[in-house]
This record gives sequence, structure tokens and C-alpha cells, in this order.
Amino acid sequence: MTMLHTVNKSPLDRNNLDSCMSMAKKGSKILLIEDAVIGAMDNTAVAEKIKGAMNDFSFYVLGPDLQARGLDEGKVIGGINVVGYDGYVDLVTETDNVQSWV
Amino acid sequence: MKFGLLVTTGPYQHQASDTALQYCRAALEKGHEIMRVFFYNDGVNNGTRYTTPPQDDRNIVNAWSELAKEHNIDLVICVAAAQRRGIVDEGEAQRNGKDGDNIAEGFRISGLGQLVEAGIECDRVLTFGG
Repeated sequence: MTMLHTVNKSPLDRNNLDSCMSMAKKGSKILLIEDAVIGAMDNTAVAEKIKGAMNDFSFYVLGPDLQARGLDEGKVIGGINVVGYDGYVDLVTETDNVQSWV
Repeated sequence: MKFGLLVTTGPYQHQASDTALQYCRAALEKGHEIMRVFFYNDGVNNGTRYTTPPQDDRNIVNAWSELAKEHNIDLVICVAAAQRRGIVDEGEAQRNGKDGDNIAEGFRISGLGQLVEAGIECDRVLTFGG
């Protein structure tokens, strides 16, 4: 059973993403939305931790939320998939369940 | 696929309402069904028709009403959360001796059973909160 975890808080500010990464089952998908999209950017204080977690999880980031914050898609950590709302819907249907880390 | 949504924050306070709306639009675009959106805690503030944002800002309440009308979505506001925050329909206004109601078009007031039912009937229930 695969679960999609959505995280909506900046990992530079709050520990939702940290909690999610430390507790989620290996093979889970993690989608960063809203303020959490900053976590997908390379060269931040949490970037190395997320790169390490990419062995256990596949990461996605909501493109429209990157754009809304003026963040450069080209500076997203390699291997993190940028998706639109349509991709968000597909991630929900492809997985067995969704957990929101609000 | 049939979706249910839980929204727990008010409009203009946090992005959750906007995200939920955008998610609904994308899901409907792909041919999925949104059975119900349940508004809980401060999320009930999505359902007052007195919301009047500046004209150049999006009107989130109207956006919900329009989406519900177009796609037959059941917008349910939790009664206990609504009473605490002054969101009332005609019946609740009368029952509590208020001088008017403020519920927006397409919304109805009911209880947590509606959230449980969405959990049973929908393929997925998604939470949008702050």
C-alpha cells in the first residue's frame, strides 16, 4: 500500500516535513504544497536532508505554488518532480490513500 | 473517482481554501466527482455570503457557490463550528433568536455525520488546513 503525504508548511519554519520524513513508510510519495514548496529548492538549510530522504521516498512539488512565490523551477533539487494541480489529482488517484500533514 | 474534501481554515487567512478550490477544479476537469466539501473549525467562514473582498481580489465564497452549482457539489458547514462563529441559515437564526442569516448560496449546515459519510462513500477524503 502506497500513501501520498502532502506537506504545506515551510521546513525552514516548522517541523511537519521532518515529522513526515521520519515516520512515513519507505516507498511513500511526498508532495510539497503551499509554503512547503521552499523545501524543494536546492541550497537551503534542509536541502541535504531531503536529498538523503530521496532514497526512501519520491518527492513532488506543486509548480503553481513555486510560481506564486517567485521561486525558480530550475533551482529545484534534481529528482524532485514539479507537478501542476492535474498532477496532484493523479498522485491522489495513483496512491491508496492521502495523509495531510497540516 | 469520488472525492470528499475537509477544509479547516477560513478564506484569506491561509492558502488552504484556495488550494482546495484549485484541487476541485483540476479533479473535475479530469472527470472525477467531488461528492462533498465539509467545512470544519474556522473553515466554516468559507460559507458566509457577507464576505466582500476588494473588487480586484478573488471572491472565495462566491467561487465555492459557483463551483457547487455547476457541478452539484454538496457544501456542508459543521453546525457546532458555525454557531461559535456566527454562521447561520434561516432555521438556525430562528432557533437561536438571531435577526438574520448569512449562509452563502449552495452551502448547508449539518453535523459531523456528513464528514463520516463522505469517508465511507468517497474513494478518497483529502484534508486542507492551516
